[in-house]
Amino acid sequence: MEHITLLLGIVIITALVFDFTNGFHDTANAMATTISTGALKPKTAVAMSAVLNLVGAFMSVEVAKTISKGLVNEEGIQPEVIFAALVGAILWNLVTWLVGLPSSSSHALMGGLIGAAVASAGLGAVNGGVVVTKVLIPAIAAPLVAGIAAYLAAKLTYKLGDKVGEKTSAKGYRAGQIASAGLVSLAHGTNDAQKTMGIITLALIAGGAIAPDANPPVWVIVSAGVAIALGTYLGGWRIIRTMGKGLTDLQPQQGFAAQTSAASVILASSNLGFSLSTTHSCSGAVMGAGLGRKGGVVRWSTATRMFVAWGLTLPAAALVSAAAELVMRAGDIGIAAVTVFLVGSCLAIWLISRRQVVDHTNVNEVAPAGTEEPGVVTTAIAAVTVPPTVAAAGTAAAVTDEDLKATIPAATQTPAAPAAAV
Amino acid sequence: MKIDWEALGSVFGVSLFATVALVALFTLGLVGLSKHEAATEQGGSATLARSGAYLCFALVTAAVTYGIYLIVA
Repeated sequence: MEHITLLLGIVIITALVFDFTNGFHDTANAMATTISTGALKPKTAVAMSAVLNLVGAFMSVEVAKTISKGLVNEEGIQPEVIFAALVGAILWNLVTWLVGLPSSSSHALMGGLIGAAVASAGLGAVNGGVVVTKVLIPAIAAPLVAGIAAYLAAKLTYKLGDKVGEKTSAKGYRAGQIASAGLVSLAHGTNDAQKTMGIITLALIAGGAIAPDANPPVWVIVSAGVAIALGTYLGGWRIIRTMGKGLTDLQPQQGFAAQTSAASVILASSNLGFSLSTTHSCSGAVMGAGLGRKGGVVRWSTATRMFVAWGLTLPAAALVSAAAELVMRAGDIGIAAVTVFLVGSCLAIWLISRRQVVDHTNVNEVAPAGTEEPGVVTTAIAAVTVPPTVAAAGTAAAVTDEDLKATIPAATQTPAAPAAAV
Repeated sequence: MKIDWEALGSVFGVSLFATVALVALFTLGLVGLSKHEAATEQGGSATLARSGAYLCFALVTAAVTYGIYLIVA
Protein backbone atom coordinates (compact mmCIF):
# COMPACT_ATOMS: atom_id res chain seq x y z
CA MET A 1 0.00 0.00 0.00
CA GLU A 2 1.00 3.56 -0.65
CA HIS A 3 2.61 5.72 1.97
CA ILE A 4 -0.20 7.62 3.62
CA THR A 5 0.34 10.43 6.11
CA LEU A 6 -2.10 11.28 8.88
CA LEU A 7 -3.41 14.28 6.97
CA LEU A 8 -3.93 12.19 3.87
CA GLY A 9 -5.79 9.64 5.98
CA ILE A 10 -8.09 12.37 7.29
CA VAL A 11 -8.69 13.62 3.75
CA ILE A 12 -9.59 10.15 2.50
CA ILE A 13 -11.99 9.52 5.37
CA THR A 14 -13.56 12.94 4.86
CA ALA A 15 -13.95 12.22 1.16
CA LEU A 16 -15.76 8.99 1.99
CA VAL A 17 -17.97 10.86 4.44
CA PHE A 18 -18.81 13.28 1.64
CA ASP A 19 -19.59 10.34 -0.60
CA PHE A 20 -21.90 9.00 2.10
CA THR A 21 -23.74 12.33 2.45
CA ASN A 22 -23.93 12.49 -1.33
CA GLY A 23 -25.63 9.10 -1.31
CA PHE A 24 -28.34 9.91 1.18
CA HIS A 25 -28.78 13.42 -0.15
CA ASP A 26 -29.48 12.13 -3.64
CA THR A 27 -31.64 9.08 -2.87
CA ALA A 28 -34.56 11.42 -3.47
CA ASN A 29 -33.56 11.99 -7.08
CA ALA A 30 -34.14 8.40 -8.03
CA MET A 31 -36.69 7.25 -5.55
CA ALA A 32 -38.83 10.15 -4.28
CA THR A 33 -41.56 9.74 -6.89
CA THR A 34 -41.47 5.96 -6.67
CA ILE A 35 -41.99 6.17 -2.93
CA SER A 36 -44.63 8.90 -2.93
CA THR A 37 -46.78 7.19 -5.56
CA GLY A 38 -46.52 3.90 -3.72
CA ALA A 39 -44.83 2.03 -6.56
CA LEU A 40 -42.31 0.65 -4.11
CA LYS A 41 -42.26 0.44 -0.33
CA PRO A 42 -39.85 3.04 1.07
CA LYS A 43 -37.32 0.50 2.38
CA THR A 44 -37.44 -1.55 -0.82
CA ALA A 45 -36.91 1.57 -2.90
CA VAL A 46 -33.79 2.72 -1.05
CA ALA A 47 -32.38 -0.81 -1.02
CA MET A 48 -32.80 -1.10 -4.77
CA SER A 49 -31.28 2.32 -5.32
CA ALA A 50 -28.33 1.43 -3.06
CA VAL A 51 -27.57 -1.76 -4.97
CA LEU A 52 -27.75 0.04 -8.32
CA ASN A 53 -25.50 2.82 -7.01
CA LEU A 54 -22.96 0.23 -5.95
CA VAL A 55 -23.14 -1.50 -9.32
CA GLY A 56 -22.88 1.85 -11.07
CA ALA A 57 -19.75 2.74 -9.13
CA PHE A 58 -17.89 -0.17 -10.66
CA MET A 59 -19.01 0.43 -14.20
CA SER A 60 -16.59 3.08 -15.34
CA VAL A 61 -13.75 5.30 -14.14
CA GLU A 62 -13.94 7.92 -16.87
CA VAL A 63 -15.41 10.68 -14.74
CA ALA A 64 -13.11 10.04 -11.82
CA LYS A 65 -10.10 11.86 -13.19
CA THR A 66 -11.93 14.90 -14.50
CA ILE A 67 -13.54 16.17 -11.31
CA SER A 68 -11.42 19.23 -10.73
CA LYS A 69 -10.05 19.69 -14.22
CA GLY A 70 -10.90 23.00 -15.81
CA LEU A 71 -12.50 24.45 -12.72
CA VAL A 72 -9.50 24.82 -10.49
CA ASN A 73 -5.95 25.00 -11.73
CA GLU A 74 -4.43 21.89 -10.38
CA GLU A 75 -0.85 22.96 -9.81
CA GLY A 76 -0.13 23.53 -6.18
CA ILE A 77 -3.22 21.76 -4.90
CA GLN A 78 -2.42 20.49 -1.44
CA PRO A 79 -4.23 17.83 0.60
CA GLU A 80 -5.24 20.68 2.93
CA VAL A 81 -7.09 22.40 0.09
CA ILE A 82 -9.02 19.24 -0.73
CA PHE A 83 -9.82 18.71 2.93
CA ALA A 84 -11.11 22.28 3.23
CA ALA A 85 -13.24 21.80 0.10
CA LEU A 86 -14.79 18.64 1.52
CA VAL A 87 -15.58 20.32 4.84
CA GLY A 88 -17.66 22.98 3.07
CA ALA A 89 -19.40 20.47 0.82
CA ILE A 90 -20.29 18.07 3.64
CA LEU A 91 -21.67 20.80 5.87
CA TRP A 92 -23.80 22.24 3.06
CA ASN A 93 -25.15 18.78 2.25
CA LEU A 94 -26.07 18.20 5.88
CA VAL A 95 -27.69 21.60 6.37
CA THR A 96 -29.82 21.25 3.23
CA TRP A 97 -30.75 17.74 4.31
CA LEU A 98 -31.83 19.04 7.70
CA VAL A 99 -34.20 21.55 6.13
CA GLY A 100 -35.25 18.91 3.62
CA LEU A 101 -34.23 20.72 0.45
CA PRO A 102 -32.75 18.96 -2.56
CA SER A 103 -29.56 20.65 -3.73
CA SER A 104 -26.71 19.58 -5.94
CA SER A 105 -23.91 17.71 -4.17
CA SER A 106 -21.67 18.39 -7.13
CA HIS A 107 -22.24 22.13 -6.84
CA ALA A 108 -21.43 21.93 -3.15
CA LEU A 109 -18.20 20.13 -3.98
CA MET A 110 -17.30 22.61 -6.72
CA GLY A 111 -18.08 25.49 -4.37
CA GLY A 112 -15.85 23.94 -1.74
CA LEU A 113 -13.00 23.48 -4.21
CA ILE A 114 -13.35 27.05 -5.45
CA GLY A 115 -13.43 28.52 -1.95
CA ALA A 116 -10.47 26.50 -0.76
CA ALA A 117 -8.46 27.21 -3.90
CA VAL A 118 -9.09 30.95 -3.70
CA ALA A 119 -8.13 31.05 -0.03
CA SER A 120 -5.02 29.05 -0.76
CA ALA A 121 -3.77 30.53 -4.02
CA GLY A 122 -5.77 33.70 -4.62
CA LEU A 123 -8.46 34.53 -7.14
CA GLY A 124 -6.28 33.45 -10.04
CA ALA A 125 -6.77 29.82 -9.07
CA VAL A 126 -10.34 29.82 -10.33
CA ASN A 127 -11.57 30.17 -13.88
CA GLY A 128 -14.48 32.57 -13.53
CA GLY A 129 -15.94 31.82 -16.94
CA VAL A 130 -16.02 28.13 -16.19
CA VAL A 131 -18.05 28.83 -13.07
CA VAL A 132 -20.73 30.51 -15.17
CA THR A 133 -20.78 27.91 -17.95
CA LYS A 134 -20.45 24.86 -15.72
CA VAL A 135 -22.48 25.94 -12.73
CA LEU A 136 -24.84 28.87 -13.26
CA ILE A 137 -26.23 28.15 -16.72
CA PRO A 138 -26.79 24.43 -16.02
CA ALA A 139 -28.56 25.29 -12.76
CA ILE A 140 -31.09 27.32 -14.72
CA ALA A 141 -31.24 25.06 -17.77
CA ALA A 142 -31.61 21.69 -16.02
CA PRO A 143 -34.99 22.21 -14.33
CA LEU A 144 -36.35 23.95 -17.43
CA VAL A 145 -35.34 21.19 -19.81
CA ALA A 146 -36.46 18.37 -17.52
CA GLY A 147 -39.58 20.26 -16.46
CA ILE A 148 -40.83 20.95 -19.97
CA ALA A 149 -40.18 17.37 -21.05
CA ALA A 150 -41.95 15.95 -18.00
CA TYR A 151 -44.85 18.39 -18.42
CA LEU A 152 -45.48 17.35 -22.01
CA ALA A 153 -44.98 13.66 -21.22
CA ALA A 154 -47.45 13.79 -18.31
CA LYS A 155 -50.05 15.58 -20.45
CA LEU A 156 -49.58 13.03 -23.19
CA THR A 157 -49.82 9.97 -21.01
CA TYR A 158 -53.05 11.24 -19.44
CA LYS A 159 -54.48 11.96 -22.85
CA LEU A 160 -53.45 8.69 -24.53
CA GLY A 161 -54.06 6.50 -21.54
CA ASP A 162 -57.45 7.67 -20.32
CA LYS A 163 -59.09 4.47 -21.57
CA VAL A 164 -56.60 2.14 -19.93
CA GLY A 165 -58.21 -0.21 -17.43
CA GLU A 166 -57.47 0.40 -13.78
CA LYS A 167 -55.61 -2.84 -13.19
CA THR A 168 -53.39 -2.54 -16.24
CA SER A 169 -52.69 1.08 -15.44
CA ALA A 170 -51.68 0.40 -11.85
CA LYS A 171 -49.39 -2.47 -12.79
CA GLY A 172 -47.99 -0.75 -15.86
CA TYR A 173 -47.06 2.59 -14.36
CA ARG A 174 -45.61 0.82 -11.36
CA ALA A 175 -43.25 -1.16 -13.59
CA GLY A 176 -42.42 1.90 -15.66
CA GLN A 177 -41.54 3.96 -12.62
CA ILE A 178 -39.35 1.25 -11.15
CA ALA A 179 -37.43 0.89 -14.41
CA SER A 180 -36.82 4.59 -14.92
CA ALA A 181 -35.90 5.10 -11.25
CA GLY A 182 -33.44 2.24 -11.56
CA LEU A 183 -31.84 3.93 -14.53
CA VAL A 184 -31.43 7.16 -12.57
CA SER A 185 -29.86 5.26 -9.66
CA LEU A 186 -27.40 3.53 -11.94
CA ALA A 187 -26.40 6.78 -13.60
CA HIS A 188 -25.99 8.37 -10.17
CA GLY A 189 -23.66 5.60 -9.03
CA THR A 190 -21.44 5.98 -12.08
CA ASN A 191 -21.33 9.77 -11.89
CA ASP A 192 -21.22 10.63 -8.23
CA ALA A 193 -19.25 7.74 -6.77
CA GLN A 194 -16.64 8.54 -9.39
CA LYS A 195 -16.44 12.11 -8.21
CA THR A 196 -15.32 10.86 -4.81
CA MET A 197 -12.87 8.47 -6.44
CA GLY A 198 -11.54 11.43 -8.35
CA ILE A 199 -11.18 13.48 -5.17
CA ILE A 200 -9.36 10.72 -3.29
CA THR A 201 -7.10 10.08 -6.26
CA LEU A 202 -6.38 13.79 -6.49
CA ALA A 203 -5.51 13.84 -2.79
CA LEU A 204 -3.24 10.82 -3.16
CA ILE A 205 -1.46 12.51 -6.06
CA ALA A 206 -1.25 15.83 -4.21
CA GLY A 207 0.16 14.06 -1.15
CA GLY A 208 2.70 12.27 -3.29
CA ALA A 209 1.37 8.80 -2.39
CA ILE A 210 0.80 7.77 -6.00
CA ALA A 211 2.18 8.98 -9.29
CA PRO A 212 0.41 11.73 -11.23
CA ASP A 213 -1.82 10.38 -14.02
CA ALA A 214 -2.32 7.17 -12.08
CA ASN A 215 -5.68 5.47 -12.28
CA PRO A 216 -7.73 5.29 -9.08
CA PRO A 217 -6.45 2.31 -7.02
CA VAL A 218 -8.92 -0.55 -6.55
CA TRP A 219 -9.44 0.10 -2.84
CA VAL A 220 -10.49 3.65 -3.71
CA ILE A 221 -13.10 2.41 -6.16
CA VAL A 222 -14.43 -0.17 -3.72
CA SER A 223 -14.62 2.15 -0.73
CA ALA A 224 -16.23 4.97 -2.72
CA GLY A 225 -18.85 2.60 -4.12
CA VAL A 226 -19.64 1.16 -0.71
CA ALA A 227 -19.84 4.60 0.95
CA ILE A 228 -22.33 5.95 -1.59
CA ALA A 229 -24.42 2.77 -1.42
CA LEU A 230 -24.57 2.90 2.38
CA GLY A 231 -25.59 6.54 2.25
CA THR A 232 -28.27 5.77 -0.30
CA TYR A 233 -29.63 2.93 1.81
CA LEU A 234 -29.81 5.17 4.87
CA GLY A 235 -32.08 7.35 2.78
CA GLY A 236 -32.38 11.11 3.00
CA TRP A 237 -36.03 10.86 4.04
CA ARG A 238 -36.43 14.57 4.59
CA ILE A 239 -35.46 15.35 1.02
CA ILE A 240 -37.49 12.43 -0.32
CA ARG A 241 -40.54 13.87 1.41
CA THR A 242 -40.00 17.32 -0.08
CA MET A 243 -39.46 15.99 -3.56
CA GLY A 244 -42.16 13.33 -3.51
CA LYS A 245 -44.85 15.16 -1.57
CA GLY A 246 -43.76 18.70 -0.84
CA LEU A 247 -43.31 20.16 -4.32
CA THR A 248 -46.52 18.76 -5.77
CA ASP A 249 -48.89 15.80 -5.52
CA LEU A 250 -47.97 13.04 -7.89
CA GLN A 251 -50.01 10.22 -9.34
CA PRO A 252 -48.30 7.16 -10.84
CA GLN A 253 -48.67 8.59 -14.36
CA GLN A 254 -46.89 11.76 -13.33
CA GLY A 255 -44.25 9.88 -11.39
CA PHE A 256 -43.50 7.85 -14.48
CA ALA A 257 -43.35 10.93 -16.71
CA ALA A 258 -41.10 12.75 -14.24
CA GLN A 259 -38.68 9.87 -13.77
CA THR A 260 -38.46 9.16 -17.49
CA SER A 261 -37.72 12.80 -18.17
CA ALA A 262 -35.07 12.86 -15.44
CA ALA A 263 -33.40 9.73 -16.81
CA SER A 264 -33.43 11.11 -20.38
CA VAL A 265 -32.02 14.47 -19.36
CA ILE A 266 -29.26 12.95 -17.23
CA LEU A 267 -28.20 10.51 -19.94
CA ALA A 268 -28.46 13.07 -22.74
CA SER A 269 -26.53 15.71 -20.82
CA SER A 270 -23.70 13.44 -19.77
CA ASN A 271 -23.32 12.11 -23.30
CA LEU A 272 -23.73 15.33 -25.27
CA GLY A 273 -21.18 17.35 -23.38
CA PHE A 274 -23.41 19.72 -21.45
CA SER A 275 -23.36 18.42 -17.92
CA LEU A 276 -26.53 19.04 -15.91
CA SER A 277 -27.03 18.34 -12.23
CA THR A 278 -29.07 15.24 -11.40
CA THR A 279 -30.77 17.01 -8.54
CA HIS A 280 -31.78 20.02 -10.61
CA SER A 281 -33.09 17.81 -13.41
CA CYS A 282 -35.11 15.62 -11.06
CA SER A 283 -36.63 18.55 -9.18
CA GLY A 284 -37.56 20.22 -12.45
CA ALA A 285 -39.05 17.00 -13.79
CA VAL A 286 -41.17 16.57 -10.66
CA MET A 287 -42.52 20.11 -10.95
CA GLY A 288 -43.19 19.76 -14.67
CA ALA A 289 -45.04 16.50 -14.16
CA GLY A 290 -46.97 18.13 -11.32
CA LEU A 291 -48.25 20.81 -13.68
CA GLY A 292 -48.98 18.26 -16.40
CA ARG A 293 -52.11 16.89 -14.73
CA LYS A 294 -55.36 18.78 -15.03
CA GLY A 295 -55.70 20.73 -11.80
CA GLY A 296 -52.14 19.86 -10.77
CA VAL A 297 -50.35 22.48 -8.72
CA VAL A 298 -46.77 23.16 -7.73
CA ARG A 299 -46.24 24.54 -4.25
CA TRP A 300 -44.16 27.50 -5.26
CA SER A 301 -43.26 28.37 -1.69
CA THR A 302 -41.39 25.09 -1.36
CA ALA A 303 -40.00 25.48 -4.87
CA THR A 304 -38.75 28.97 -4.07
CA ARG A 305 -37.00 27.77 -0.94
CA MET A 306 -35.35 25.12 -3.08
CA PHE A 307 -34.22 27.62 -5.72
CA VAL A 308 -32.76 29.84 -3.00
CA ALA A 309 -30.86 26.83 -1.68
CA TRP A 310 -29.48 26.17 -5.18
CA GLY A 311 -28.29 29.75 -5.45
CA LEU A 312 -26.63 29.59 -2.06
CA THR A 313 -24.96 26.21 -2.60
CA LEU A 314 -21.85 27.46 -4.32
CA PRO A 315 -21.14 30.58 -2.22
CA ALA A 316 -22.00 28.91 1.08
CA ALA A 317 -19.80 25.89 0.50
CA ALA A 318 -17.06 28.16 -0.85
CA LEU A 319 -17.20 30.39 2.21
CA VAL A 320 -16.95 27.54 4.70
CA SER A 321 -14.13 25.93 2.72
CA ALA A 322 -12.23 29.18 2.42
CA ALA A 323 -12.48 29.70 6.17
CA ALA A 324 -11.35 26.13 6.80
CA GLU A 325 -8.38 26.65 4.50
CA LEU A 326 -7.39 29.87 6.31
CA VAL A 327 -7.64 28.20 9.71
CA MET A 328 -5.45 25.36 8.52
CA ARG A 329 -2.67 27.83 7.76
CA ALA A 330 -1.99 27.60 11.48
CA GLY A 331 -0.50 24.16 10.88
CA ASP A 332 -1.35 21.00 12.76
CA ILE A 333 -3.42 22.86 15.33
CA GLY A 334 -5.47 24.38 12.55
CA ILE A 335 -6.06 21.00 10.93
CA ALA A 336 -7.10 19.58 14.27
CA ALA A 337 -9.43 22.53 14.85
CA VAL A 338 -11.11 22.08 11.47
CA THR A 339 -11.51 18.36 12.06
CA VAL A 340 -13.08 18.95 15.45
CA PHE A 341 -15.31 21.64 13.96
CA LEU A 342 -16.47 19.29 11.21
CA VAL A 343 -17.22 16.41 13.55
CA GLY A 344 -18.93 18.76 16.03
CA SER A 345 -21.12 20.35 13.37
CA CYS A 346 -22.14 16.99 11.94
CA LEU A 347 -23.08 15.83 15.41
CA ALA A 348 -25.01 19.03 16.12
CA ILE A 349 -26.96 18.77 12.87
CA TRP A 350 -27.76 15.15 13.59
CA LEU A 351 -28.96 16.03 17.10
CA ILE A 352 -31.20 18.78 15.74
CA SER A 353 -32.61 16.33 13.21
CA ARG A 354 -33.65 13.99 16.03
CA ARG A 355 -36.11 16.57 17.32
CA GLN A 356 -38.37 15.81 14.40
CA VAL A 357 -37.53 12.45 12.95
CA VAL A 358 -38.40 11.77 9.34
CA ASP A 359 -37.88 8.17 8.27
CA HIS A 360 -39.39 5.45 6.16
CA THR A 361 -42.49 5.30 8.36
CA ASN A 362 -43.65 8.87 7.87
CA VAL A 363 -41.95 9.87 4.62
CA ASN A 364 -45.26 10.13 2.77
CA GLU A 365 -46.94 12.40 5.29
CA VAL A 366 -46.92 15.92 3.99
CA ALA A 367 -44.87 18.31 6.04
CA PRO A 368 -47.23 20.77 7.78
CA ALA A 369 -45.50 23.87 6.46
CA GLY A 370 -45.33 22.57 2.90
CA THR A 371 -49.09 22.66 2.40
CA GLU A 372 -49.45 26.26 3.41
CA GLU A 373 -49.42 29.26 1.11
CA PRO A 374 -46.33 31.48 0.82
CA GLY A 375 -42.98 30.73 2.29
CA VAL A 376 -41.01 32.61 4.85
CA VAL A 377 -43.76 34.18 6.94
CA THR A 378 -45.83 31.02 7.14
CA THR A 379 -42.78 29.02 7.96
CA ALA A 380 -41.92 31.42 10.73
CA ILE A 381 -45.46 31.32 12.09
CA ALA A 382 -45.51 27.56 11.88
CA ALA A 383 -42.24 27.49 13.73
CA VAL A 384 -43.75 29.53 16.53
CA THR A 385 -47.22 28.03 16.81
CA VAL A 386 -46.80 24.36 16.06
CA PRO A 387 -44.55 22.37 18.37
CA PRO A 388 -41.41 21.11 16.64
CA THR A 389 -42.47 20.75 13.02
CA VAL A 390 -40.16 20.22 10.15
CA ALA A 391 -40.34 23.93 9.59
CA ALA A 392 -39.22 24.57 13.14
CA ALA A 393 -36.31 22.24 12.71
CA GLY A 394 -35.58 24.05 9.48
CA THR A 395 -35.52 27.45 11.12
CA ALA A 396 -33.35 26.14 13.88
CA ALA A 397 -31.00 24.75 11.30
CA ALA A 398 -30.82 28.02 9.46
CA VAL A 399 -29.95 29.69 12.72
CA THR A 400 -27.28 27.15 13.48
CA ASP A 401 -25.89 27.66 10.04
CA GLU A 402 -25.69 31.40 10.65
CA ASP A 403 -23.93 30.70 13.90
CA LEU A 404 -21.41 28.55 12.17
CA LYS A 405 -20.77 31.24 9.63
CA ALA A 406 -20.56 33.96 12.22
CA THR A 407 -17.06 32.73 12.95
CA ILE A 408 -16.10 33.65 9.41
CA PRO A 409 -15.90 37.13 7.83
CA ALA A 410 -19.50 37.44 6.70
CA ALA A 411 -18.87 39.68 3.68
CA THR A 412 -19.65 37.09 1.01
CA GLN A 413 -22.94 36.26 2.65
CA THR A 414 -24.68 39.37 1.32
CA PRO A 415 -23.67 39.07 -2.33
CA ALA A 416 -24.90 35.50 -2.13
CA ALA A 417 -28.50 36.64 -1.83
CA PRO A 418 -28.84 38.26 -5.27
CA ALA A 419 -27.29 35.20 -6.82
CA ALA A 420 -30.06 33.19 -5.24
CA ALA A 421 -32.68 35.34 -6.90
CA VAL A 422 -31.44 34.48 -10.39
CA MET B 1 -16.30 32.58 -21.47
CA LYS B 2 -18.17 30.66 -24.11
CA ILE B 3 -21.53 29.10 -23.56
CA ASP B 4 -22.04 26.03 -25.66
CA TRP B 5 -25.58 26.80 -26.78
CA GLU B 6 -25.41 24.11 -29.40
CA ALA B 7 -24.73 21.38 -26.84
CA LEU B 8 -27.40 22.77 -24.55
CA GLY B 9 -29.86 22.90 -27.42
CA SER B 10 -29.18 19.31 -28.42
CA VAL B 11 -29.50 18.15 -24.82
CA PHE B 12 -32.87 19.90 -24.71
CA GLY B 13 -34.03 18.45 -28.03
CA VAL B 14 -32.86 14.92 -27.37
CA SER B 15 -34.25 14.79 -23.83
CA LEU B 16 -37.58 16.22 -24.91
CA PHE B 17 -37.89 13.81 -27.81
CA ALA B 18 -36.75 10.77 -25.82
CA THR B 19 -39.04 11.50 -22.89
CA VAL B 20 -42.15 12.16 -24.93
CA ALA B 21 -41.52 9.25 -27.32
CA LEU B 22 -40.85 6.77 -24.50
CA VAL B 23 -43.83 7.84 -22.45
CA ALA B 24 -46.07 7.77 -25.54
CA LEU B 25 -44.88 4.29 -26.53
CA PHE B 26 -45.30 3.01 -23.03
CA THR B 27 -48.80 4.45 -22.73
CA LEU B 28 -49.80 3.00 -26.08
CA GLY B 29 -48.50 -0.35 -24.87
CA LEU B 30 -50.71 -0.05 -21.81
CA VAL B 31 -53.69 0.87 -23.98
CA GLY B 32 -53.16 -2.23 -26.11
CA LEU B 33 -52.68 -4.44 -23.09
CA SER B 34 -55.80 -3.04 -21.48
CA LYS B 35 -57.84 -3.74 -24.62
CA HIS B 36 -56.51 -7.26 -24.73
CA GLU B 37 -57.35 -7.86 -21.09
CA ALA B 38 -60.85 -6.49 -21.50
CA ALA B 39 -61.37 -8.78 -24.48
CA THR B 40 -60.12 -11.86 -22.65
CA GLU B 41 -62.46 -11.18 -19.80
CA GLN B 42 -65.37 -11.39 -22.22
CA GLY B 43 -64.08 -14.64 -23.63
CA GLY B 44 -62.69 -13.20 -26.86
CA SER B 45 -59.19 -12.15 -27.75
CA ALA B 46 -57.56 -9.07 -29.23
CA THR B 47 -54.45 -10.39 -30.89
CA LEU B 48 -53.66 -7.20 -32.77
CA ALA B 49 -53.90 -5.10 -29.62
CA ARG B 50 -51.71 -7.52 -27.75
CA SER B 51 -49.05 -7.72 -30.45
CA GLY B 52 -49.04 -3.94 -30.72
CA ALA B 53 -48.57 -3.66 -26.97
CA TYR B 54 -45.67 -6.10 -26.99
CA LEU B 55 -44.05 -4.20 -29.84
CA CYS B 56 -44.32 -0.97 -27.85
CA PHE B 57 -42.82 -2.55 -24.74
CA ALA B 58 -40.04 -4.10 -26.81
CA LEU B 59 -39.13 -0.67 -28.19
CA VAL B 60 -39.15 0.84 -24.69
CA THR B 61 -36.96 -2.01 -23.43
CA ALA B 62 -34.55 -1.41 -26.29
CA ALA B 63 -34.35 2.26 -25.34
CA VAL B 64 -33.67 1.39 -21.69
CA THR B 65 -30.96 -1.05 -22.77
CA TYR B 66 -29.40 1.68 -24.86
CA GLY B 67 -29.56 3.92 -21.77
CA ILE B 68 -27.67 1.33 -19.73
CA TYR B 69 -25.15 1.02 -22.54
CA LEU B 70 -24.63 4.80 -22.43
CA ILE B 71 -24.03 4.67 -18.68
CA VAL B 72 -21.50 1.88 -18.96
CA ALA B 73 -19.65 3.18 -22.00
